[in-house]
Amino acid sequence: MRKWQCLVCGLIYDETLGMPDDGIAPGTRFEDIPDDWACPDCGVSKDDFELLEE
Amino acid sequence: MAPKDESASQPIIIVGSGLAGYTLAREFRKLNQDSHLSIVTADDGVFYSKPMLSNALTAKKNAAQLAMKTPQQMEQELAATIISETSVSAIYPLKHRIKANQDYLHYSYLVLALGAEPVRLKLPGNASNAIYSVNDRIDYKRFQDAIVGQKHIAIIGDGLIACEFANDLLNQNYQVSIIGPGPKPLNRLLPTPAGDALKQALESIGAKWYLEKSVVSANHQADQISLGLSDGSEVVSDIVLSAVGLRPRTKLAEEAELEINRGIVCNPYMETSDRDIYALGDCAEIAGLNLPFVLPIMNGARTLAKTLAGERTRLTYPAMPIAVKTPALPIIVSPPAADAKGEWTIEHDGQNVKCLFENETGELLGFALTGSCCGEKQALSKLVPMVLA
Ligand SMILES: Cc1cc2nc3c(=O)[nH]c(=O)nc-3n(C[C@H](O)[C@H](O)[C@H](O)COP(=O)(O)OP(=O)(O)OC[C@H]3O[C@@H](n4cnc5c(N)ncnc54)[C@H](O)[C@@H]3O)c2cc1C
Ligand SMILES: [Zn+2]
Repeated sequence: MRKWQCLVCGLIYDETLGMPDDGIAPGTRFEDIPDDWACPDCGVSKDDFELLEE
Repeated sequence: MAPKDESASQPIIIVGSGLAGYTLAREFRKLNQDSHLSIVTADDGVFYSKPMLSNALTAKKNAAQLAMKTPQQMEQELAATIISETSVSAIYPLKHRIKANQDYLHYSYLVLALGAEPVRLKLPGNASNAIYSVNDRIDYKRFQDAIVGQKHIAIIGDGLIACEFANDLLNQNYQVSIIGPGPKPLNRLLPTPAGDALKQALESIGAKWYLEKSVVSANHQADQISLGLSDGSEVVSDIVLSAVGLRPRTKLAEEAELEINRGIVCNPYMETSDRDIYALGDCAEIAGLNLPFVLPIMNGARTLAKTLAGERTRLTYPAMPIAVKTPALPIIVSPPAADAKGEWTIEHDGQNVKCLFENETGELLGFALTGSCCGEKQALSKLVPMVLA
């Protein structure tokens, strides 16, 4: 599983943890998050996230 | 630091419900669930994403869809009292109170999260008032309604927000003219080859540039607006959008005799010249830095939350690269400090430019990346110094 980071506010989406508060189950791959999802902290769209290299 | 006894039982008051005010409230509640917290805001208190304003068209969002949470939802989530549509008109630091509409509210600690306002050009001619600027969701709605069915939009300004709006409008097939003073876009942020690459990228999707020119007049001409330029030429368009810069909102602090400079002056503990009043976000100048971006707000909010929860904490900023939301040519820039001494070295391959700013001993102090070079951001970010150590 991978981690993705919001380019604007730095929030990290960890696929292992999902984002249950936001209705995204643990294990959800970033690609499978609905396209109209917005970063919960700053509101930008999925396009503004990048894959985090470890 | 400890407020006087009579004010200790009063709420913490945050003025402003932008990203700064709301993020601080959220971070504070992670540390403290008991203290009273009030948020007083001149706008409707809706939580929305300001950075999305300049790519909302491409993301297919209208002003209503940019609203993420209602003030009622925010009140519940933050266990805070939100007093919306209420402008604060005065601060009385010695009495620990503010004037909000006709009421006086007492605070234990006060946080100014007032944001910044667009610089408005005062141009001769009869169309000066017809020029739009977009700095919040309400402005955006007005602008989005106005451009429906129009063809040609002129943008005044060649900075980050101007370029982002230009790209967003070009994606919707508007004709876009951009007028700016610089020899290239983002002149203060980017070295020449990177700025030129952005210029060409926007040109390739239809932008028409009027660089090294300023606007000297604005007049109605039939259904359109004619902008007179400094070289005697004119640009005639249906709609004019101004994005020439932002000015921190300092008036309230100034009238309360707090120290101001470009922004409301704060020490690295985010304290203004009155120790019970703090500032955060676009209105603040912390340790000499006024950085009107989201990452500094996130860092500042976490630090100030600790202080307000009882652990006085000094602000540090890591490297905070800025992503320019121009899909025609993605850009990431980590500007060197204003007083940094060094030189740019530049590699480029067409639109893909990698610029490194290094000092004499080869330490990396800043960088700017475009196109496919943006992939190097994470590695380079680890090498540049902290913005505030
Ligand atoms: C179009 C656009 C695109 C952007 N894109 C990016 C980006 O991609 N990345 C990035 O990092 N940054 C970006 N930014 C900058 C970023 O959005 C701002 O730094 C941030 O949103 C500022 O938040 P703030 O809370 O300080 O100010 P604001 O959001 O302006 O909030 C100020 C609040 O104070 C209230 N207020 C003001 N005066 C009073 C008063 N007297 N009484 C009561 N309330 C008052 C207002 O009503 C408002 O609620 C962008 C900005 C714009 C305009
Ligand atoms: Zn984000």
